[in-house]
Amino acid sequence: MTTLLLKNARLVDPSNRLDVESDILIVGGKITKIGKNLTAESGAETVDLSGKTVAPGFLDMHVHFREPGFEHKETITTGCASAAAGGFTGVCCMPNTDPAIDNPAVVSFIHERGREALEGAVDVYCIAAVTKNREGKLLSPMSELAAAGVVAFSDDGSPVSDAEIMRRALEYAGMSGKPVIQHAEESSMTKGGAMNEGRTSTILGLPPIPAVAEEIMVGRDIRLAEYTGAAYHVAHVSTAGAVDHVRRARVLGLKVTCEVTPHHFSLTDDAVEGFDTNTKMNPPLRGKEDVAAMKEALRDGTIDVIATDHAPHSPDEKAVEFVNAPFGIVGLETAIGLAVTGLVEPGIISLNRMIELFSINPRKILGLPAVEIAEGKPANLTIMDLGVEYTVDTASFKSKSKNSPFGGKKLRGKAVGIVNNGRAIFA
Amino acid sequence: MPLASRHLLGLRGVPKEDIQQILDSAASFREVLERPIKKVPTLQGKTIVNLFYESSTRTRISFDLAERRLSADVVHFTSDSSSVKKGETLRDTARNLEAMKIDMIVVRHSAAGAAKFLSDVVKANVVNAGDGAHEHPTQALLDMYTLREKFNSLEGLRVCILGDILHSRVARSNIHGLLTMGAKVSVCGPRTLIPRDIGEMGVEVYTDVDEAIRDVDAVNVLRIQHERMERAYFPSIREYHRVFGLTAERLAKAKPHTVVLHPGPINRDVELSADVADGERSLILRQVLNGVAVRMAVLYLIGTGS
Repeated sequence: MTTLLLKNARLVDPSNRLDVESDILIVGGKITKIGKNLTAESGAETVDLSGKTVAPGFLDMHVHFREPGFEHKETITTGCASAAAGGFTGVCCMPNTDPAIDNPAVVSFIHERGREALEGAVDVYCIAAVTKNREGKLLSPMSELAAAGVVAFSDDGSPVSDAEIMRRALEYAGMSGKPVIQHAEESSMTKGGAMNEGRTSTILGLPPIPAVAEEIMVGRDIRLAEYTGAAYHVAHVSTAGAVDHVRRARVLGLKVTCEVTPHHFSLTDDAVEGFDTNTKMNPPLRGKEDVAAMKEALRDGTIDVIATDHAPHSPDEKAVEFVNAPFGIVGLETAIGLAVTGLVEPGIISLNRMIELFSINPRKILGLPAVEIAEGKPANLTIMDLGVEYTVDTASFKSKSKNSPFGGKKLRGKAVGIVNNGRAIFA
Repeated sequence: MPLASRHLLGLRGVPKEDIQQILDSAASFREVLERPIKKVPTLQGKTIVNLFYESSTRTRISFDLAERRLSADVVHFTSDSSSVKKGETLRDTARNLEAMKIDMIVVRHSAAGAAKFLSDVVKANVVNAGDGAHEHPTQALLDMYTLREKFNSLEGLRVCILGDILHSRVARSNIHGLLTMGAKVSVCGPRTLIPRDIGEMGVEVYTDVDEAIRDVDAVNVLRIQHERMERAYFPSIREYHRVFGLTAERLAKAKPHTVVLHPGPINRDVELSADVADGERSLILRQVLNGVAVRMAVLYLIGTGS
């Protein structure tokens, strides 16, 4: 793609209050012109986007691309294909790989693979471990890792349990200005747990993961964030009590942010009936009140980001007894559909707000350059069909893994393509 | 009438007529068990695998006897003698067994949902003989059979389930079955061993044994496992027995007709004092006898259904 002309699209960018029907001309990866009835030189690729919406490129700040170490679940190449198909121009890889992302060599390996995949159409960022080998004991070399280009620190999959280590991590990471992202879970209360504690866990006899275990960890961490003055981000917040903690922290003006996954605002723990292992993730699907609280917090601005926690597992790994199945589901290719269907269509949030949640806020939290739809800016775009209705077919996922509870679900709204780094990919 | 389901995975959602039919059918098999020759040709030519991933003496022998008395061919598979140690998954094991043309699987497993999982991956009929803390439907059916035998009807009967409700599949199956049959169910035990949300299953919750058993017709006492102390569910066996053990003294304060059930094996003088276990209000051995008949009824109705 040297020259790309997108015709008749609805361009929406809340950062510069743009919402127009227009053409957009992209030359050498840059937006050179926005306006009606644009023409391009012969040989330029022209795509008619009548009825489609173009937004600043979406960034998923929480994915597991499994490379290095677990390439049978996903590779950076298949992960990027999944991201592109789902409308994401950027992703942040969590460090629970093998070896873990806890040293600059692994960081440059992942960056390199990211540049190769789809010829670099998807920006692949790293979130490095807080502690060496994610063991919660010794700090990772955070300054070196920051210099190698990581965007945040997290031991995701495991919490940083020890309060003293968490304090030091916040202080040390604070020097680089990078946030510490916590998988908030008081492990002593969740040992052996398989699903949310509630009516359904009681009936199914599955070992419980109580909501309070997430809430007390978020509460502790917010006090530590206040004490250290560092930036703290709650990964995949899932309970009403946890978002209440975040809401109060905001009132105090603390540097506290949080993300929610599409499944935590779309499904309750009722979905676990039938023991489908594609409803097993951590944090688990929660109760009705919690799902309502997620929607309210998305509406009132307490939740900053929608991130998928894309967690691929092979079919064999999931085809076991519920308690023995690994946690996690893939999420990149259903995220837009779930947000449009569950949040925008019912009027809980506006389209502008959805774009903030997917594109603007995650970059702000991670200190990445803002993406704008404006002349002279790099073309980093997510293209969506907000009106299309379809049934989710997991077999058609570009991800190497198909572990999703949304197969067969009717959704409205999906990505039809991305433009980034001089590449255009259309579904 | 065939049962609504071709498997027995639990009692949740099983219609009243089906439970009725199983209990009625069990009554016929109970007569068979009184004959000099305790065998009928009902399941001749059918092959049943008893797939036991958890140790069990009573349930395994009870199923084994029930199967043989129905003239089925029986194969046993236990986790210590099997390919489990070699790392084979439940799905693969079941598919391999099925390739050998078996008709029914009776499964006992430590994972909740294991029976449902099996029924999804094999064509054979599946009977749940206990899956984690989920369900143990044949135990609840034999408990209900024993109560019906004693009281003629389950409608309006008041039953208290006493002990470790949290980890108990027997409690859950009893709650589903008894409520379906119109009984009133309460649970009692230390707060730590009662699920927070058990009330949503439609039962009353007590932590005081005297209060819990005062007006009931039957107390179903559950086995307490010593290893539960390790995760601080209760402080000591001594304290458990003092506060939650069913003793003759306590039982004397209940109604004179109140009976005692226990799914076994009993920890004597822990959850149940020896004099109650062996006393005239105890239906424990009756339960064991009825268990064979109830399992014959289940295997018959499932095995000759659709």
